Amino acid sequence: MHPPGSGPPASPGPAAVPPAGAELLRWQWHEVQVPCLVVAWILVASLAKIVFHLSRKVTSVVPESCLLILLGLGLGGIVLAVAKKPKYQLEPNMFFLFLLPPIVLDSGYFMPSRLFFDNIGAILTYAVVGTLWNSFTTGTALWGLHQAGLMDPGVEAGLMDFLLFGSLISAVDPVAVLAVFEEVHVNETLFIIVLYKVFNSFVELGPEHIHATDYVKGVASFFLVSLGGTAVGLLFAFLLALITRFTKRVRIIEPLFVFLLAYVAYLAAEMVSLSAILAVTFCGICCKKYVEANISQKSRTTVKYTMKTLASSSETIIFMFLGMSAVDTSKWTWDTALVLGTLFFILLFRAVGVVLQTYVLNRFRLIPLDRIDQVVMSYGGLRGAVAFALVILLDKAKVKAKDYFVATTIVVVFFTVIVQGLTIKPLVTWLKVKRSDHHKPTLNEELHEHAFDHILAAVEDIVGHHGYHYWRDKWEQFDKKYLSQLLMRKSAYKLRDEIWDVYYKLNIRDAISFVDQGGHVLSAAKLALPSMPSRTSMSESSVTNLLRESGSGACLDLQVIDTVRSRRDKEDAAMHHVLRGSLYKPRRRYKASYSRHFISPDKQERQDKEIFRQNMKRRLETFKSTKHNVCSSKSKARLKEKGRKKASDPQIPAPLQDMGHDAPNGKTHRNIPWQEAAPVLVTVSSDEEESDSSETEREDDEGIVFVARATDEVLQGKVTQGSLDVCPSPCIIPPSPTLAEKELPWKGDQADLAVYVSSETTKIVPVDMQKAWNQSISSLESIASPPGIEAGVQHRRFARPMLEKQPQSASQATPEQVSRFQFPSHVPKSSRSKSDSSPEGVEQQELQPLMGTEEQGRGLLPAEHRRLAFSRASHI
Amino acid sequence: MGSRASTLLRDEEIEEIKKETGFSHSQITRLYSRFTSLDKGENGTLSREDFQRIPELAINPLGDRIINAFFSEGEDQVNFRGFMRTLAHFRPIEDNEKSKDQNGPEPLNSRSNKLHFAFRLYDLDKDDKISRDELLQVLRMMVGVNISDEQLGSIADRTIQEADQDGDCAISFAEFVKVLEKVDVEQKMSIRFLH
Repeated sequence: MHPPGSGPPASPGPAAVPPAGAELLRWQWHEVQVPCLVVAWILVASLAKIVFHLSRKVTSVVPESCLLILLGLGLGGIVLAVAKKPKYQLEPNMFFLFLLPPIVLDSGYFMPSRLFFDNIGAILTYAVVGTLWNSFTTGTALWGLHQAGLMDPGVEAGLMDFLLFGSLISAVDPVAVLAVFEEVHVNETLFIIVLYKVFNSFVELGPEHIHATDYVKGVASFFLVSLGGTAVGLLFAFLLALITRFTKRVRIIEPLFVFLLAYVAYLAAEMVSLSAILAVTFCGICCKKYVEANISQKSRTTVKYTMKTLASSSETIIFMFLGMSAVDTSKWTWDTALVLGTLFFILLFRAVGVVLQTYVLNRFRLIPLDRIDQVVMSYGGLRGAVAFALVILLDKAKVKAKDYFVATTIVVVFFTVIVQGLTIKPLVTWLKVKRSDHHKPTLNEELHEHAFDHILAAVEDIVGHHGYHYWRDKWEQFDKKYLSQLLMRKSAYKLRDEIWDVYYKLNIRDAISFVDQGGHVLSAAKLALPSMPSRTSMSESSVTNLLRESGSGACLDLQVIDTVRSRRDKEDAAMHHVLRGSLYKPRRRYKASYSRHFISPDKQERQDKEIFRQNMKRRLETFKSTKHNVCSSKSKARLKEKGRKKASDPQIPAPLQDMGHDAPNGKTHRNIPWQEAAPVLVTVSSDEEESDSSETEREDDEGIVFVARATDEVLQGKVTQGSLDVCPSPCIIPPSPTLAEKELPWKGDQADLAVYVSSETTKIVPVDMQKAWNQSISSLESIASPPGIEAGVQHRRFARPMLEKQPQSASQATPEQVSRFQFPSHVPKSSRSKSDSSPEGVEQQELQPLMGTEEQGRGLLPAEHRRLAFSRASHI
Repeated sequence: MGSRASTLLRDEEIEEIKKETGFSHSQITRLYSRFTSLDKGENGTLSREDFQRIPELAINPLGDRIINAFFSEGEDQVNFRGFMRTLAHFRPIEDNEKSKDQNGPEPLNSRSNKLHFAFRLYDLDKDDKISRDELLQVLRMMVGVNISDEQLGSIADRTIQEADQDGDCAISFAEFVKVLEKVDVEQKMSIRFLH
């Protein structure tokens, strides 16, 4: 990417003279030269990164961006020495077209949107007012300096030129700020506000281009450019979300759309000279909710990693080339007064601006930004490649003093990235230490303060303090009613609930510990209490706690570290691997094989998976309470599942017993169901491969396969209709499994169930899962209700009649099923009789907006599949 | 919503609440509208279910305890007065309030009352002591399942040891206050109510 714009290649020699006559091999350097150089530079930068990180000491003190700039300086020096002239510079075009978009998209896409919109007032103020303030004050002050004759007479510049320069130099660089702040792990709220100083640079692109000829026009275009850019971003976010809604059969290219559309948004905005950065950012922020809901888990991972990789390599390259560009002395002219003046003014005015704005903002903010935040924000105004690229773009013909400006910009960039970048971390640490180092924190304080945090979070929720809450509610209702239904798959739509997300994270974490304990991998003794509560409270903290933490000014808070992006990614990655390794295999395979029978099989995939996690947690909780007689863990489970506990409580012990009966000793039994079941069931699946190939979204690495073949047909003609063509294998249904099924778990109480299950190993999992499923169904119904809109009590009341209704219909099919009446777990079985409605429900899920009545058929479906699987498995 | 709330709330009532809790008039009306929106039964009182319906509380590890704190002994309904009384614990202490601390009854948002609120969350059996079991329960709620019971037990033991002065293997309120004396409770147990 650099070479194209960067003049002659480094080693053109070999390619220059093609040998005469026939030849076996030809040296065709010129054909591969461009991509080769691109790869080479990326490689160099990446290798450098590895080297930097070999030493923890260095990277813990020096931000990576500094090292990269220094590396760039070194490399630039070498190139200069070898080639006698500077090469490979940061070209503005390359920068804006290729290097910047990934970084901006990354920051936008991974922006915690709730936090962002919670602080939107502050962010916008700092961005818009702050930018204007900084530009005008810096520009004017420099002009004053010039008028006072302090500058070299060679600096031919008028007020306009200085204002222009002021605007570009006050563009806080998102890249630099991100690079440094991510390492520093500042408080996330602050992170965002500082980060969204990037609005500076967003909008900066506007005034820069219109060349500040007319104040009025300038201000107008300032808003036009930024709002226009935002609008473009929203438009493409909408398109993107819409597209991903229909990708369920082409899972493999899902991630591509995310990148393509975001990039198109960037280019489109750039094309009409709107703020491309804003476009991409808002595209990222706004599409995420819907995209994440629509695409599969694997695609999500892919998107995440690809985005991170792209952003990280862009950033690396930018800093390296920034260093290399500075070596080119021909481009700049030094003027001490200008350089020093600029440095002084940008620091001063930024600080003043932050203090003034914060003063105003704090009057409206729930959690005021305190002094530390302000210091960090003032100090965090790093300038970077954006300013440099902008200054390079200046037209020498119009701006006579361009060379001076270039020199100044380079110095400012280097100063801010290196000096401020180096010192900001110690500064933050020092400020924090100064606050809390009066005494050594005791265990009690840690514990109780965490309790305080939870209490405050709860009270805030009770008070419903959000000033903008009303509008947020409005928006959420709108979103629920229209947007989500339009942009999300039906199945996804129901699950994309904020609480659900939080809950989901909690469960993943618990699931990991579940695996850990099952594998006898007990985490090292942790008396360090702070980290533990923060682990569990992280999910909650994403909402209110974080806000409050920002109020207490604990910049380097442990809790915050957990929520800083990079950490979270790591954790996510770890989770992902652990879970893939041990937990969900049977489940996914299971699901996938079933999907063959339905038109849109994968729609429940997510749901299944998430619900499963939820149940793992619940089971673990109950298990622990039984094993260790810790009643509190039970009560915790209740706490966690407050809204949904009533429906599921009676069932909790059942899965436990299912699992426990087989291996009384607690540690080992947990894995047993899966392991035991796997071999038995895998053999069953004759259609496995066929179905495998037919589903792109299915997971390939799973151990257990449940295939329900035409067996089901006998049981339920209608459901299988759709699947007949897919699986033609003739099947006779053995009566015994069905019988067994009927008498099975659903008949007696939980104790019976356990006994029964113990006699049929192969059914442990299915039965267990079914239980889990039912629990989740009932819990889902209460959970999925929009926060604060629907009443939990109503749900609970509602759930019961539903359950009662179904057995009734079921009783027509099998009389004895009436006895299942009280147990919600019976529902799936009875759903057999309702099967005729199910397939329709399936289709409707994709095609129609959510309707309350559909919930039943929908929830019941998967359970039914599972039941079929059991019968299959057992009779074989 | 605000207007409806204010019409339903009588002025003298507001005055009384104002006196008792220290909230401003607008804060009271604002909270009243929140109260009514929580009150799905529309009977002027909140039940536990009303609280439990708040989605965020479902994922708050201490949610249940906090909900319970709103209800006085044996009650399962709380009216607006009681609601405000509990919330008043979390009102920040304003500068002009510090001086008048001495005369008159102690305001609800005093440091001691804030601490007592927290203390009550631990002290389930209301014997004015946090026993090891009670502490363990709260710990378990807050740490989730990541810590083994043995570890948790040792944490609880250490915590009690640290705070316990009279050797009864429990934390009394006095000990609780003592152990938190260096903590900025005034700030950490306050939230900013909108004006």
